[in-house]
Amino acid sequence: MNVSMNWLREYVKIDCDVQTFAEKMTMSGSNVDSVVKKGENITDVVVGRVLEIVKHPDADKLVVTQVDVGDKTIQIVTGADNMKVGDLVPVALPGANLAEGLKIKEGKLRGVASNGMMCSVEELGLDPDHFPDAPEHGIYIIKGEYPLGSDAKPIFGLDDAIVEFEITSNRPDCFSLLGIAREAAATVDTEFHYPEIGYNEVAGDINQHASVEVIATDLCPRFVAKVLVDVDIKPSPKWMQDRLRSVGIRPINNLVDITNFVMVEMGQPMHAYDLEELTHGKIIVRRAKDQEKMMTLDGEERELDETMLVIAGEKEVIGVAGVMGGEGSKVKDHTGMILLEAANFDPASIRKTSKKIGLRTDASTKFEKHLDPNTALIAIERACQLAEMIGAGHVMAGTIDVNNSNRKPNKVAYNVGNINKLLGTNISEEEMVSYFKRLEFVVDEDQKEILAPTFRADIECEADLAEEVARLYGYDRLPTTLATGTPTVGKRSFTQRMEDLARQIMEDCSLNEAMTYSFESPKVYDKLKLAPDSLLRVAVKIDNPLGEDFSVMRTSTVNGMLQALSNNYAKRNEKVGLYEIGTIYEPKAIPLKELPKESQKLTIGMYGDCDFFKLKGILETLFEAFNCLDLAKWDPNIELSYLHPGRKAKVMLNNKEIGYIGEVHPDVLDAYDIHDKAYIAVIDMEDLIGEATLDHKYTPVPRYPAVNRDVAMLVKEEILVGDIEEVIRRCSGKILEKLELFDVYKGKQIEVGYKSVAYALSFRAADHTLQEKEISKTMEKILKGLENELGATLRK
Amino acid sequence: MKEQLEAIKIKVVKNLHNIADLKALDEVRVNILGKKGELTSILKGMKDVAPEDRPTIGALVNEVRTDIEAAIENAKNNLASKVREQQLKEEVIDVTMPSNKKTLGHRHPMHIVLEDLKNIFIGMGYQIAKGPEIEEDYYNFKALNIPEDHPARDEQDTFYIDKNFVLRTSTSPTQVHVMEHQKPPIRVIAPGRVYRSDEVDATHSPMFHQVEGLVIDEHITMADLKGALAEFVKELYGDDAKVRFRPHYFPFTEPSAEVDVSCFKCGGTGCNICKGSGWIEILGCGMVHPKVLEMSGIDPTKYSGFAFGMGLERITMLRYGIEDLRLFYENDIRFLKQF
Repeated sequence: MNVSMNWLREYVKIDCDVQTFAEKMTMSGSNVDSVVKKGENITDVVVGRVLEIVKHPDADKLVVTQVDVGDKTIQIVTGADNMKVGDLVPVALPGANLAEGLKIKEGKLRGVASNGMMCSVEELGLDPDHFPDAPEHGIYIIKGEYPLGSDAKPIFGLDDAIVEFEITSNRPDCFSLLGIAREAAATVDTEFHYPEIGYNEVAGDINQHASVEVIATDLCPRFVAKVLVDVDIKPSPKWMQDRLRSVGIRPINNLVDITNFVMVEMGQPMHAYDLEELTHGKIIVRRAKDQEKMMTLDGEERELDETMLVIAGEKEVIGVAGVMGGEGSKVKDHTGMILLEAANFDPASIRKTSKKIGLRTDASTKFEKHLDPNTALIAIERACQLAEMIGAGHVMAGTIDVNNSNRKPNKVAYNVGNINKLLGTNISEEEMVSYFKRLEFVVDEDQKEILAPTFRADIECEADLAEEVARLYGYDRLPTTLATGTPTVGKRSFTQRMEDLARQIMEDCSLNEAMTYSFESPKVYDKLKLAPDSLLRVAVKIDNPLGEDFSVMRTSTVNGMLQALSNNYAKRNEKVGLYEIGTIYEPKAIPLKELPKESQKLTIGMYGDCDFFKLKGILETLFEAFNCLDLAKWDPNIELSYLHPGRKAKVMLNNKEIGYIGEVHPDVLDAYDIHDKAYIAVIDMEDLIGEATLDHKYTPVPRYPAVNRDVAMLVKEEILVGDIEEVIRRCSGKILEKLELFDVYKGKQIEVGYKSVAYALSFRAADHTLQEKEISKTMEKILKGLENELGATLRK
Repeated sequence: MKEQLEAIKIKVVKNLHNIADLKALDEVRVNILGKKGELTSILKGMKDVAPEDRPTIGALVNEVRTDIEAAIENAKNNLASKVREQQLKEEVIDVTMPSNKKTLGHRHPMHIVLEDLKNIFIGMGYQIAKGPEIEEDYYNFKALNIPEDHPARDEQDTFYIDKNFVLRTSTSPTQVHVMEHQKPPIRVIAPGRVYRSDEVDATHSPMFHQVEGLVIDEHITMADLKGALAEFVKELYGDDAKVRFRPHYFPFTEPSAEVDVSCFKCGGTGCNICKGSGWIEILGCGMVHPKVLEMSGIDPTKYSGFAFGMGLERITMLRYGIEDLRLFYENDIRFLKQF
């Protein structure tokens, strides 16, 4: 909401400078986004009168003028030709600063001295569209009389300041100059003057010429109409044009200017219809019919539907209610009789309609904000007054007012003790009451209740009153205390601690933390080669996405990670390792009947200087930190379309599948434009944390010596070392302390289809020195087990 | 014999001077003290010594032997330290050569800041709560006192799944979940992802992060809200940071406020970061609306409380001077490794 300080001062007395004013308004709840001092950089422009215009001796297109600037007459050479002797013009004196850093100096033009410049509106930094009387090229001719030599800036509103307020949605009343004026008066505790409204009505009866029928009363709580006769469409006077210009509205003609003026001043949008175009002068407010068409004022044909509210004549639609009027009933230059509308419409309906037909107007943005239906009557009377005042027409007697609004002043009880208790203050009742009165609340001090004006529908309960007290008392004056009450222990849960630990371990393993989007495109399913019936394709879909790329909630973190790797690859980053702890969203059924399962996945992705075992090592480091490494197993039997078929594994913890690891399938790498091997692992955090512990059990450090044995065996190629190890562990019982694979060999001297595998074993007993007999017996058991279960033969 | 002994001793000392290695030293020892060594041979001649002289000569022989042994031991030590010295000389390294430092990974800047926030609030007695990102319409709107036709419900802002489910538009629904499941006293923060239908640009993202805070107890006042957040700002931005509370509007708090912190770039005089105002808005807050308390099953006549919420992206961008929010989700390691 842009507010002109000059305009605002018509209603409220503001003594302080604009910055201080802006600060005070911000602190009382009307946050100031910006303050623009108009003409701040423009200096030394005065009113001058052209005394003489003669041709330049040496230039066809230039003239030499003598201009009276009050205390002297100066000579100015100019190329402009629209001024006449006797005209008043804005004159920039030597030393003047104009728009865009232009500086005026004494000088010569084609040998003739020129000691200043006559200005156009552009040179004063103004928008020529806002000055219908400004010539397209040339000097602005000032209308009216001003002392010669006086500052020209006020004539152009260049002494004004424009304050931009951020208005919160609970205060639609502040989307008007009067609303801001009211807040200003309450804030600086000063007087506030409503404009005095009064006008004369001419003979006639509105009911003889017009009628209004509201059918859709739910969407149109109030519709007020007045009729203007003897309408004379012409430019509005300068003062009204100045007001509109000051808030960025282009003056058009007196009638349009009046409706705009009232919209800014009162916050009530209005519309004018050519009464002669309305059959029987009848207006019907109803829902549109499906596929009903109309031409709006902007010349566009609009197709409507039955959710939209329209203003219609007997035959056709003449306006989309609260959004834009129609071409057919537009006010023309020769219109003699017009019907003025000030209505109130359902905000949600206006918002939906405006969105559906893709048309947001000043009117629709106002109507979207719950305007007070009671403003409609005041606004239309103000418009009538202005019409009479500036000679736009005469007001016909009578008013049509279809009022279905039930807006009444809210009655709210206050309890001084409660309010102080909520705020932590000790403000007296007298002071609170004075704040209420400043806000135009009617206070009943006996009943301890207030009546809020109808434009303050936001005042509903005591907490609302507490805020009014607090903001006028000053939030900055409220005490600052630390809550007493029952103490609570601040802490992280076990899960939160373990997530933090996982992050720490990932970073210790030189992975950088990534963050990827929760939504993705359904196209990624094909990129990942997912089967048509893959469960990962069952995703929560967004009904109104920003585009396909953001249209489904991810069921896997793999795409996000691969995309992150791909981004890095495209930027030629070498050796990239990333991790993310992120959420996936797994619906139990589509459409959703209950909330989907949201689970946390640890995802690792890497390319460049890495292989499967580096990634496996990172996971093992993590499991070690989580005290569950002993429970880990790696099982290649897993079907995942996006992994290399020979380089993938289920990750098992305590015989439960908690995730997977593998090399990314080359087809998938191609799809992501990664031309290097890449590895990913995905681990379910809940499952992992379920096996984790931060408890440690102490056992005494060994007191008896270890005995070492090596064993080498021949097994079929496809036997997993993991299986061999499992057999060795199982067969050796408690005394196996360590087992280390030190050789796997295929090739010369080994039969095709077989491999040689060698382990260094270390045995130790906690309570005695191991005897040769015990070791041999254990070794025998191990060899027998390997032979029976895996067909291994001992290599000698 | 006495002369012989003295001569051996002198010879040994002399020989030991020129000894270069342990092998030569051992030769000297064998030559003198070995079974066929010179001193041993002399001892063999003891039988020819007059009996009365034997004790004297015997003592002398022992003395010479002890001296020689000591001299050899001494020479051995000297030799060893020379060898060590030589070895150390040969082992000189260029300490400016590169190390095999372990490369550490780096945490995402938003999580660094979140970690700081968590630590501050945990220190103030808060716990950490979590709520669903795909949320029931009720929790996202109605339970937060956002009526049916409120602009916040407009499609422009909210991603809808269907008429019952939405992507939460703020972390505030977590307030309601916490209040429904926990009896006062409540002190929690709830960080998480939130979604709004904003096109991606330097300052907008359809997905971003918020940190919600909620305190419910008997006798909680707005002054307590100011105290808690003033403390938080001091912890986050240092003792010199000034805080400003100004009235604002949120449907689920009343009274409501926005909190500004004095611009840490210009200190309050006005610059491009604070758009000339000297203040930077960092969070929204207020006293939990009695209707919200009531709908969440908490008696508003007995309990009161405050809530606050802040944007993690914004706070992180301000802390590090990051100008484009898109960097947070591109995961370029040249960006990530700076933190």
